[in-house]
Amino acid sequence: MIAMSFEPKVPQKDLDYQELRIYTDEELQNPSDEELKSFKIKYDIPMLEDLESGPWPSFVADLKVEALRRRKMADDRLLINRDVVEDLLGQLEVSFEDGETHWKHGGIVGVNGYGGGVIGRYSDLPAKFPGVAHFHTVRLNQPSSKFYKSAFLRGLADMWELRGSGIFNMHGSTGDIILLGTFTEQLEPIFQESAHHLSNDIGGSGSNLRTPECCIGKARCQYALYDTQALCYELTMHYQDELHRPMFPYKFKFKFDGCPNGCVASIARSDLSFIGAWRDNIRIDQDAVKGYVAGDFAPGGGSHSGRDWGKFDIFKEVVDRCPSDCMTYEDGVLTVDDANCVRCMHCINTMPRAVRPGADTGLSILCGAKAPILEGAQMSTLVVPFMKAEAPYDNIKDAIDRIQEYWIEEGKNRERIGEMIQRIGLPKFLEACGLPVMPQHVWRPRENPYIFWKAEDVPGGFERDIDDYRKRHAR
Amino acid sequence: MGLSSTRFGAFDPENPTKDRITDIGPRHFWDFFPPIIQRNYGKWLYHEVLEPGVLVHVSETGEKVYTVRAGGMRILSSAFMRDICDVADRHCDGYVRFTTRNNIEFLVDSYEKLEPLKKELESSKFFSGSLKFPIGGTGAGITNIVHTQGYIHCHTPATDASSMVKALMDDLFEYFQSMTLPAKLRVSMACCLNMCGAVHCSDVALLGYHRKPPIIDHEFLAKMCEIPTVIASCPVAAFSPATTPEGKKTVKLKVERCMFCGNCYTMCAALPLSDKEGDGIVVLAGGKLSNRISPPKFSKVIVPFLPNNFPRFPETCEVVKRIVEVYAANANKYERLGDWAERIGWEKFFEKCELPFTEHLIDDYRLQYDSYRTSTQFKYTDAAWAVSKAAGGIE
Repeated sequence: MIAMSFEPKVPQKDLDYQELRIYTDEELQNPSDEELKSFKIKYDIPMLEDLESGPWPSFVADLKVEALRRRKMADDRLLINRDVVEDLLGQLEVSFEDGETHWKHGGIVGVNGYGGGVIGRYSDLPAKFPGVAHFHTVRLNQPSSKFYKSAFLRGLADMWELRGSGIFNMHGSTGDIILLGTFTEQLEPIFQESAHHLSNDIGGSGSNLRTPECCIGKARCQYALYDTQALCYELTMHYQDELHRPMFPYKFKFKFDGCPNGCVASIARSDLSFIGAWRDNIRIDQDAVKGYVAGDFAPGGGSHSGRDWGKFDIFKEVVDRCPSDCMTYEDGVLTVDDANCVRCMHCINTMPRAVRPGADTGLSILCGAKAPILEGAQMSTLVVPFMKAEAPYDNIKDAIDRIQEYWIEEGKNRERIGEMIQRIGLPKFLEACGLPVMPQHVWRPRENPYIFWKAEDVPGGFERDIDDYRKRHAR
Repeated sequence: MGLSSTRFGAFDPENPTKDRITDIGPRHFWDFFPPIIQRNYGKWLYHEVLEPGVLVHVSETGEKVYTVRAGGMRILSSAFMRDICDVADRHCDGYVRFTTRNNIEFLVDSYEKLEPLKKELESSKFFSGSLKFPIGGTGAGITNIVHTQGYIHCHTPATDASSMVKALMDDLFEYFQSMTLPAKLRVSMACCLNMCGAVHCSDVALLGYHRKPPIIDHEFLAKMCEIPTVIASCPVAAFSPATTPEGKKTVKLKVERCMFCGNCYTMCAALPLSDKEGDGIVVLAGGKLSNRISPPKFSKVIVPFLPNNFPRFPETCEVVKRIVEVYAANANKYERLGDWAERIGWEKFFEKCELPFTEHLIDDYRLQYDSYRTSTQFKYTDAAWAVSKAAGGIE
């Protein structure tokens, strides 16, 4: 057994499903296909049943399995309405018929001491579908890059089947494990059972720091330019207070992409995007380059192998596609003008055995992505070009604190940081964060001369005497 | 001690702070890594796609980890969670991973373990015949569609998500299990423009949208909401204070200003927007978020409205499939959909995809001028000849 490279910051329970489990194997037995084929839920759901066929996994078929399993459970083995899954399907079918949702607006529920992590939800047809009269969501903070042991997932499934609908999202859009649908009474028990037995906290919602999320990183990717898992965990733990107790003008998201390929979409989906970067030279194995040219290795690791694209052409496929035109291939030697490389990853993605990112690595920080509501969609803007990213990451925490502090002071209610930057302008934001400006902050300089000069920028300042002016100029 | 089956478990309602555990964060990731991942953490050299859905990653230690990617449902039951665990226990020493796009990854530490794993995944089916674990979603193909809650759990959707994604993935299934496209093609789906899925940088984005202004619940508005907050919530200043004939405080709406964003409903439950005929789907295309070759870019609106035709959205599926097929037939290797559209010109994109170009597709919101063509560089299509005719320029 190798030594653990990383240690959790709080003690964690060992996970043994035989010890954790609530249900017996008999209780967990799935109904037979024959039973399921003839099974009708309490309501007619012809439109939903149309979604049982087709090759892609059918959530309707899956929910019917769960519905029939719940019918067979003993009364004292379920703590919320046994019909919750059937009622959910029934309400969904009615929503299709009406072309409108049947969930009420809002509903403030939660757990003591936290201001997020639970989303209140109530049906507007509670008499018809009592099983979903309350259908609150609990967000559980997922582990970095979403690897699991089955003992954890089985324990979670038992706990959630007992205390809720048994329905999950794996995972929600921000990355949490979503427990979908329970009654108010079970919120505190779910929170504390997860904490006590699974050593797992709930995530963020509302004007909190939202649950941070990262790519697979060094666990199984050669492109990870910093340790996304470790940084994600470190910052999640460092900002527990911000994650659980709303103190911001609006939501705030961190996402961690190990390289500019951006597998967790941080540049489109997070208020602060941490994207891996290197500052030295691309590493090239010239023998392996020749291997690609000779056709010994499939370009892209075989990512395009479903179609005959012809023989690999290093000019057409790599050199000429370089966005900054900084590559040459002459006499069997590939060269990169590293000072002009923009690290787009294309040559690396296409010839992974031959071309690797540099070895002096860190990350870029970009700020301000958000979805369209309210003033239009935004992507994150480059703020810090390069930063080393080594534990304990104090430099990164300091940068975050400066950015967030300014937003907390300056941001309006329900104004994302990207919208605030649009309102006040990037120069003012950078100044507030204590950062000098650089041409890399923009695609091109401004096209209008409407510069907000300050009094101190101009010799003599803004205070002038009209009488003095009139000495030179008649009215 | 195991999980409790009592009503309140580890929570004591009489003494809520007793033994309370808070602020512990997520489980630490290291414990959840298979041993081969722990041994090779940060040591990976390169990877290959052996076949659609099957990856091998090679470490500098010489070890190889094989991954089989199975298409997942974002919404899944405890029963299915245990099915996943059964596969993980039988083949992967109890380890499993989920991807950002809701796929399920099973990892094994030798080539010999690959075939039995694949065989089990391929043969697992629901009673209705749908696959439980379709293998695919790698390389130059279409992987799983990320989506939002829709009618399953949300109070503001303009369409449903799980159903549309199931229908679309059934129709796009061949692309999930193959790698025949010029580049990867990411499809994403959000049920309203709150976009909890943030789909605005996807090759193809499907977005639920309202088309009718809110209904004002005059009787209750002042009781349910703060009127200044309602007025401030509108980005186009369409609301102003009003009084009903009975003397109740309320708001009035300049409907010609409304662009149906729904922010007012988010702030005030007395202003619902949803409507069977009003609600439907906007199709956007040409976005990306990788920095590969070209910088990330936003998706553009290419179809202003399609109806909510539950449960399988045939009009939406047809448009998406058409775009994918035209792209597959025309783009260069490595060229993402948006890069292809920009190279040939959007006018050619509309022509080739046989999509009508209507006035809805020209930006008239804010900063719209950026998208107006201030150049004589354009290509002739039928749409251009129609304008020339209308202007009296040609017969």
